[in-house]
Amino acid sequence: MNFQELILRLHNFWGQQGCIIQQPYDVEKGAGTMNPATFLRALGPEPWKVAYVEPSRRPTDGRYGENPNRLQHYYQYQVILKPSPDNVIDLYLASLRDLGIEPEKHDIRLVEDNWESPTLGAWGLGWEIWLDGMEITQFTYFQQCGGFDCLPVSAEITYGIERIAMYIQNKESVFDIEWVDGISYADVHHQAEVDYSHYNFEAADVGALTSMFNICEEEAVRVAERQLVQPAYDYVLKCSHLFNLLDARGAISVTERTAYIGRVRNLARMVAREYLEQRKRLNYPLLKDKNLREQLIIEEEVL
Amino acid sequence: MAQDLLLEIGVEEMPSAYMLRALKDLENLARKNLAEARLSCGEVLTWGTPRRLCLWVKEISEEQEDSLLENRGPKKSIAIDANGNPSKAGLGFARSQGVDFRKLQIREVGGVEYLFAIKKEKGQAAEQILPGLLLKVIHSLSFPKSMTWSYYQTRFARPIRWLLAIFGDKNVEFNIENIKSANYTYGHRFLSTGALPVTSIDDYFRVLREHYVILDQAERKTMIWQQVQKVAGAAGGKAMENEELLEEVAFLVEFPTAFYGEFSPSYLAVPPEVLTTSMIEHQRYFPVYNNEGRLLPGFVGVRNGTDYCLDLVRAGNERVLKARLEDALFFWNEDSRKSLEEMSAKLKDVLFHERLGTLADKVLRLQKLALFIGQETGLSQPEKLQRSALLCKADLMSNMVYEFPELQGIMGRYYASGSAEEPEVAEAIFEHYLPRFAGDKLPSSAAGIVLSLTEKTDNLMGCFSIGIKPSGSQDPYALRRQALGLVNIILDKKLSIDLKLVFEQAYLGYEDLVLENSREDSVKELLDFVYQRMRGVLLDSGVSYDVIDAALSRPSFDLFETYNRVLKLQEFKGSPVFEDFMVVYNRVHNLSRKWESEEIDPDVLLDESEKNLYRKLPELQQEIKTSLKAQDYTRALELLAALRADVDQFFTAVMVMVEDEKLKAARLGILKSIANLFNSMADFSKIV
Repeated sequence: MNFQELILRLHNFWGQQGCIIQQPYDVEKGAGTMNPATFLRALGPEPWKVAYVEPSRRPTDGRYGENPNRLQHYYQYQVILKPSPDNVIDLYLASLRDLGIEPEKHDIRLVEDNWESPTLGAWGLGWEIWLDGMEITQFTYFQQCGGFDCLPVSAEITYGIERIAMYIQNKESVFDIEWVDGISYADVHHQAEVDYSHYNFEAADVGALTSMFNICEEEAVRVAERQLVQPAYDYVLKCSHLFNLLDARGAISVTERTAYIGRVRNLARMVAREYLEQRKRLNYPLLKDKNLREQLIIEEEVL
Repeated sequence: MAQDLLLEIGVEEMPSAYMLRALKDLENLARKNLAEARLSCGEVLTWGTPRRLCLWVKEISEEQEDSLLENRGPKKSIAIDANGNPSKAGLGFARSQGVDFRKLQIREVGGVEYLFAIKKEKGQAAEQILPGLLLKVIHSLSFPKSMTWSYYQTRFARPIRWLLAIFGDKNVEFNIENIKSANYTYGHRFLSTGALPVTSIDDYFRVLREHYVILDQAERKTMIWQQVQKVAGAAGGKAMENEELLEEVAFLVEFPTAFYGEFSPSYLAVPPEVLTTSMIEHQRYFPVYNNEGRLLPGFVGVRNGTDYCLDLVRAGNERVLKARLEDALFFWNEDSRKSLEEMSAKLKDVLFHERLGTLADKVLRLQKLALFIGQETGLSQPEKLQRSALLCKADLMSNMVYEFPELQGIMGRYYASGSAEEPEVAEAIFEHYLPRFAGDKLPSSAAGIVLSLTEKTDNLMGCFSIGIKPSGSQDPYALRRQALGLVNIILDKKLSIDLKLVFEQAYLGYEDLVLENSREDSVKELLDFVYQRMRGVLLDSGVSYDVIDAALSRPSFDLFETYNRVLKLQEFKGSPVFEDFMVVYNRVHNLSRKWESEEIDPDVLLDESEKNLYRKLPELQQEIKTSLKAQDYTRALELLAALRADVDQFFTAVMVMVEDEKLKAARLGILKSIANLFNSMADFSKIV
C-alpha cells in the first residue's frame, strides 16, 4: 500500500464513520491538535466528528534529511470524535484492519501516555498505541483545552502515518516510503527537509522572528477583542510557530522559554474563551439533538 | 445462607503503575463497606489485568445484623414543660422518629438530660444492600490521575466499559452512567470476540481462561518470568532480573508469550547502561547477559497473546529497537567528540531552579563548598575536588542524558574517561549522585564522598533558603531522600563534621540571591530536617524511641558523635548496672531540677556522706570529661552508675531541704553538679 492509498483508506474509513473529512489548515502548526477543527471544536457542548491530514512542523527535529526517522515536517492523521463513543477503541482497531494490519497477527498494546500541551493549556489522558513495539498512534481523551474543561470529552486519535507506512512497506527510512508508484517520500520532501534544517538552525533571523512574534501577539489580542475568533486564533498559531523557530535557532534561554510558553498559553485561553462565548451567542447550531439541547439549557440555568 | 460476591469492572487499558495499589484499595474498600453495612464476610480477593479489576468476596451473610439506633433529640428542658407535658419540640422529635412520645427515654450526656429514641432496626437482605454498596466501592477508588469521558461525570483511571456483578446465582443490579451491570464479561481483546455470558462464579474463571485471560497477576508474573528465563536460556544467556519491569509487564498483558529478538553486535560499542535503559524504559524488554555478565546482542520481549505469527512480532520489535539503538549510537558518537569541559561551558544557559540561578552558578558553589567539606572531613585533595565539581554537571548537556535523564552521572563518568580526566575525577562525577534511591550504593572514593555530601547539602540548602520543604507526601525535589543520603554517608563513612558550620557555609553560596529565609532560620530548619532523618535511621535499626529522644535532647552538630552516643546508650540500657544508673539519676535530678547553681560551700557540710561526695566530685568530673572527649560513653555511664552506694548513703544520712539555707544550697550544689554530668550526655528524664 503506498502512502497516498493509506491516506485515502483512512479518509474512506472515517468518512464512513460519519466524520467530516476536512482539509489541512493553512497556517503552520506543530500538530493536528492545533488545527481549529480540533482545538476550537473540542470546546463547548456541540458534538463534532472530523478527520483530516495535518502537515506538522517541529523545527527542532530537523536533521538535514540525514536521519531515517526524524523530520522537521511530517504528517499526522487526526481524528476527533466528540463525544467519545463507547466503542472508540474498536473503531480504531477496525481502521488498522482496513490498512491491512490484522491485530491478531501482531502485538498491539495500549501503553499509558498522558498528553499535555503547555502552550495550548490543554491536557488529556490516554495511550500511545504500539504495533509490535513501535508507537504508531497517540490516543487521548481531552480533559481540558485552552484551560477550559471539556464537556463532552472528545477522543483524539493521531496516527503517525509515516511510521505506519514504513511498517507496511517494510522500509527502514522514512525517505524510502513509496508515495505513489515510482515517487518516494524523498522525491516529495527531501530537499525541503535539507533547506528547512538550514533555515531553522542557521539562517533564521532572530531579530526579525522576535519582532514578528511580538507583532502577532498584539494582533491576536486586538482581533480577539473584536470577537473575531478564528482570525485571532491564526495569530496564536503564528506565535506558536515563531516560538518554535526561535527555539530551534537556540535563541531562547531557559528562563525566557517559560515566559514565551506562558504568553502563547494566555493567547490560546483568550481565544478559547471567545470561541465558547461565540458558540453560545450562536445558540450552539451543531447541537441538533433536541433532548441534549434541553438538558444543556437546564444545566446552564442551574450554573 | 452465606453466598459469594463477584464484581468485575471492565475498563479500557489501565496504566500498569496504578494496578497494584488499586487492587489493594478495592479489597480494603470492600471490607470496610461490608463492615459498615453490618454484613459479615469471609476471604476477600482481588485480581487485575490491563482491562479488568476483579473482586471476589466469599461468604457474605444473607442479611445485615440487626442494629440498635440511639437517636438523640432535644434537651429535656425544652422537650418537656414545667407541668411535665410534652412541648411542641418534644412531640416533633417523637413524630420524626416514628416513636410514641411515652416510649422516648431520657439520658444524660455531659451533665445535660436529653430525649432519646431507641429503635431496633431489622437487618435487610444482603441483596438489597449490595447494589448501593458496590457503587460506593467503585466510586471510592482513587487514582493518581483520573478522567471523565463522553458526556459523563464519573471519574476513573480510564473509561469503564462493562460491569459484571453476581451474588450467589443472582445478578447485582446497578448502573454507572450508561453501563448497566450484568452477567457477562469479555475475553482477550484480540483472541476473543463479543460478550461472554457467565452463569456462576466458577464459570467466570473458566470462561476467562478459555478466552486467553490469565486473571491472577501473580500467576501471570510467574508465567512471564519462567518464559523469559527459558527463552533467554535457549539463546545461551540469562535474562536480567528486574522486579519492577516484571511487575509492569505483568500488568501490560492478559496472556503472555515471551520471544527472543536480536540486534546487531555493532551496537555493543555503546555503554551497556545505555542499551539496557533503552530496552527497559522504552520497550519493556528484558536484557540478556552471557555467563560472564556481558550483554548479549539480544533481548526478550513479551507479547500480549499466543505464539501465533510470533515471527512477525519479533521482526517488528527488532526493527524498532534497531532504530532506537541507532539513535543511541549516534548520540554516543556525537557526545564523544566533545570533551566534558566543552559541555560544561553550556551550563550557563540552563537553570538549576528559576529562583536559584543556573547550573553554572551551581557548579561555582559546588567548587567552593566541596573544598570546605573536603577540609572538614580531611578526605580529598583540593585539585581533584575542584576538577570533579567543575565537571560533575557537564553530562547534563550531552545528547545522551537529554534522551535518557536517568543516565546522568553514569554518562559523565564515561565522558570523563574519554576526555582523559583522572580516574578519581571520573569516579567522583558518577558517585556524586549516590545514593540515587533507597538501598542504592553509597559513594566510596574520597572525592566521591565529599562531592556527594556537597551536592546534597547545596540542593537542600537552596530549597530551604527559599522555603521549599517537603510536606505530607509532597516532596517534588526529593529532599527527604537527599537528607537521608547525607545521614547515611556520614554514618557509614564515620565522618565527624560540624554540620552547622557546613550548612552555614552552604548558605553563603546563595547569599547574593533573593532568599526567603535568613541564614539562621535556614540552617536551623535544615538541621532539624536532617536530624529527623537520623531519628528514622535509628528507629529502623532497632533503637528505642525514648533513648533517641533522650540523646537528641543534647544534640551536637556532629552527626556521627550523636549516633554513637545513642547506640552506646541503647547498649547501656541492657547492662546490669543500668538500674543503679537510673536510681542515681532520678535521686540527684528530682531534687535539683529547679536548682541552677553548682556552687558548694564545703565549710557548711556536716555529714561524712556529703563530704565524701564533695571530695569525689572533682576527680569524677575530670574523668567524665575525658571519657566524653574520647567518645567513651560507656565508661562515663559506668562511672555514674558506680555512684549508687555513695548517693544512697547520702540520702539515708541527710535531709536536703533543710531550713538552713546555706546548708541546703551546698547539698543542692552537690546534686546539681552530679546531675549536670548526666545532662551532658542526654536528657535521662525521657527514658522510660
